[in-house]
Amino acid sequence: MTAVSTGDGSAAEGGPAIDVRGLRKSFGALEVLAGIDFSVARGEVVCVIGPSGSGKSTLLRCVNLLEEPTSGTVTVAGAEVTDPEVDIDRVRRRIGMVFQSFNLFPHLTALENLTLPQRRVLGRDKAEAARVARERLARVGLTDKESAYPAQLSGGQQQRVAIARALAMDPELMLFDEPTSALDPELVGDVLAVMRSLADEGMTMLVVTHEMSFAKEVADRVVFMDGGAIVEEGTPERVIGAPRHARTRSFLARLLTPATAELTEAAAAPHGAGERPGPA
Amino acid sequence: MSLSRRQRTRAVRGVQYAVLAAVLLVLALAADWGEIRRAFFDTEVAKAQFPDIITTALLNTVVYTLLGFGFGLAAGLLLALMRLSRVLPYRWLAIAYIEFFRGVPALLVFIALGFGVPLAFQVALNQYVTVMLALGLVGAAYMAETIRAGIQAVPKGQMEAARSLGMSQSRAMVSIIIPQALRIVLPPLTNELILLTKDSSLVYLLGLSLSQYELAKFGRDALNQNRSLTPILIAGLCYLIITLPLGHLVRRLEARTAKAR
Repeated sequence: MTAVSTGDGSAAEGGPAIDVRGLRKSFGALEVLAGIDFSVARGEVVCVIGPSGSGKSTLLRCVNLLEEPTSGTVTVAGAEVTDPEVDIDRVRRRIGMVFQSFNLFPHLTALENLTLPQRRVLGRDKAEAARVARERLARVGLTDKESAYPAQLSGGQQQRVAIARALAMDPELMLFDEPTSALDPELVGDVLAVMRSLADEGMTMLVVTHEMSFAKEVADRVVFMDGGAIVEEGTPERVIGAPRHARTRSFLARLLTPATAELTEAAAAPHGAGERPGPA
Repeated sequence: MSLSRRQRTRAVRGVQYAVLAAVLLVLALAADWGEIRRAFFDTEVAKAQFPDIITTALLNTVVYTLLGFGFGLAAGLLLALMRLSRVLPYRWLAIAYIEFFRGVPALLVFIALGFGVPLAFQVALNQYVTVMLALGLVGAAYMAETIRAGIQAVPKGQMEAARSLGMSQSRAMVSIIIPQALRIVLPPLTNELILLTKDSSLVYLLGLSLSQYELAKFGRDALNQNRSLTPILIAGLCYLIITLPLGHLVRRLEARTAKAR
C-alpha cells in the first residue's frame, strides 16, 4: 500500500502540505496564538513541542479548522481552509487527525470505526470499505481485534485503531495531537512504532508531542512554541541538541530532569533563564 | 436499666415486630373474609373476564401505548434537535412546545383532540390517530428533554472526530451522536414508556366501541355489570404484567450503563 495516496487528485500540484500565515487565535480576552507563520513540506515530519498552554494544540486544530482562527490564513495542500467559501468537509477528508483521547466511536467495533466513515464520506461500498479497513488494521498490528469494541481494547490499541481509522480515508497528511499523552508508559512504544513506520513511508506528519526521543529520531524538523508564538525551529539536533533560546533550554531541562531543573536551568542559561515560569 | 447498646437495639426491634404481628392478627380476625373475597376476588367474575381482558383490553393498551410512544419518540427527537439548533426561532419553538405540553394535564390534551378538534374543524379523526396524537404529543415533550440531555452527554470529542473525518454536522449527528445518545437515554425512555402505558387509560374519554376497550375501560365496564372490584383488580394486575418487566429492564439498563462508564 502507499502511504501518501491522494483521495481527490487535487493534491497534484506542488507547494507545501501546510502553509500558515499570520495565524492568530483568541478565546475571549486570552490570546492563544499570537501570529504564527510556518509551513510543512510534503513528506516532511514536523514535531511541535512546548509547555502546556503554549498554543501548540490550538495551532494543530486550526489546520483542519476544528478551531476557527481569529485572523490569518491556513492553506492545506493548495486549499485555503480559512476561506469562508471553502467546502471544509471536502478538505478535512484529506487530513487525517489523531486525538489525545482517541475518540473512537464507542458504539461501533474496531472494523466499523474504520468502515463507517469510508462509506458515509467517501461513498465506498461495503466490501471495498471492509477490504481497506482490514488492510489498515493489519498495518497497525490489530488484525485480531477487528470485532472488538473500543471499551474492550487497551489505550494503546485504541490509539492504533484511531490511527488506522484516519489512514483508511487515504489522507494526504496526518495531524497528531499528543497521541501518547493519555497512555500508560508501557503502551506508548507500540503507538510510536506505528507513527515511525508511517514517517518512514513518506507520510506528511505534523505531531504535537512530549516524546523527545521520538522527535529526535523521527522528525525532520522540530518547532518549539511558547506563549502562542514559535520561539525557534530547526533540525532536531539543533533544537533539542543545541537550543539557542533560553526558554527552549529551560523547557527541555525541566522535561528531561524535572527534579534538578532549577540547577540545570541556571547552569545552561545564565542570561534570563528565569524570565518566565516554566511548565508544572 | 443496664442493657448494652446492642441489647437495647434488639429489644426495640422485637417490640416493633410484636406490634406489627398484633395489628395483623386483629385485622385478620375482625375481617369478614367471605365479603372481602366476594368484593375483591370473585372467582366467577374473574373467570368471566377471560379471555377478552387479554385478547382485547391488554392488546389494545399495548397498541395504544406503542402508537403514542412511536410518534412521541420521533417528535421528541425532532424537538430535541430543534432545541439544540443554532437557529434561534427553532429553539424558541421547541422550548414553547416543551413547556406547554409538560405543563398541561394529558387529560386536557385528550379532550382537545377527542372533542375539540372534531367540533371546531368538523372532521372526524380515526380513533387510533387520535390516541397516537394525544399520547404522542404529551410524551414528545418529556422525551425531547430526555433526548436533549442524552445528546449533550455524548463527549465533545465524538463530534470532533466525526468532523475531522470529513462528515458534515448533520451526518455526524445521525451516524455518530444520536446512536450514542439513544443508548444513554434508553433507561429514562423506558420509564417514559411505563408512564405512557398508564396514561393510555385516558383513552376511555374518547368513547370507545367494545373492540377498542383498553384495560381501564374494560375493567370499569365489568365493574358496572358485576358490582365487584374483581375486574378492576385484574385490570390492575394486567398493567403490572406490562410495567413490572419494563421496570426491571430499566434497572438492568441502568446497571449496564453504570458498568460501561
